[in-house]
Amino acid sequence: MIRIQQEDFDIGAEIARLKAGRGDIGAVVAFLGTVRDRAGTRIVDEMTLEHYPGMTERELQRIEAEARARWPLAACLILHRYGTLRPSDNIVLVVTASEHREAAFAAAAFLMDYLKIRAPFWKRESGPEGSHWVEADAPAERASARWDETKRAAE
Amino acid sequence: MRLLYFAWVKDKAGVSAEDTDIPADVTTIAELMSWLKSRGPEFAHAFARSEFIRTAIDQTHVGHDASIGGAREIAFFPPVTGG
Repeated sequence: MIRIQQEDFDIGAEIARLKAGRGDIGAVVAFLGTVRDRAGTRIVDEMTLEHYPGMTERELQRIEAEARARWPLAACLILHRYGTLRPSDNIVLVVTASEHREAAFAAAAFLMDYLKIRAPFWKRESGPEGSHWVEADAPAERASARWDETKRAAE
Repeated sequence: MRLLYFAWVKDKAGVSAEDTDIPADVTTIAELMSWLKSRGPEFAHAFARSEFIRTAIDQTHVGHDASIGGAREIAFFPPVTGG
């Protein structure tokens, strides 16, 4: 399941909804991404997330389908916010559930790595020194590449 | 054809979306970016470092060598920074 919204969310409520009545779930892993108050040495007062409505939904659905094809997931949620956020605000929530923990842990890491290089979101940070678009980081590319290697090795 | 621009590509081009007639001899994303550059100083600025610009055709990521034949919507944007 994927959701893109401006409003905040309650991680406890999201997990409760995901596993309600699901006796087949034995492991739930959640990743919550939040806004930091600095980027390197720069102070961040506000972060604005822009996205590409339509493509964002499609891309997140593709990423979820890819994770489900790789691991036996009982349930999966990708929830991403857009709009203007402030330090400590929630940005993204990924929840994976499976019978045993290995699949849920691996799938959650995979979903975040892929989301970071594929989902069409762009962050703009504002602070005392003005505002600027955040540059993509090379570690995200490397982090996602390791899953491609894992897949190739398995084939 | 519907063209969309996001983040700093949008800021520099000064437009977020437009419907444009593309010349018939423009057949790939790379050629389309070259043509867009010729449309004025804002577009020349936005596409000056086109190697850093990512593209999507009909909401699917594509490379600069992709054919634009049959495309309804083409988007230009910087590398994504979500998550």
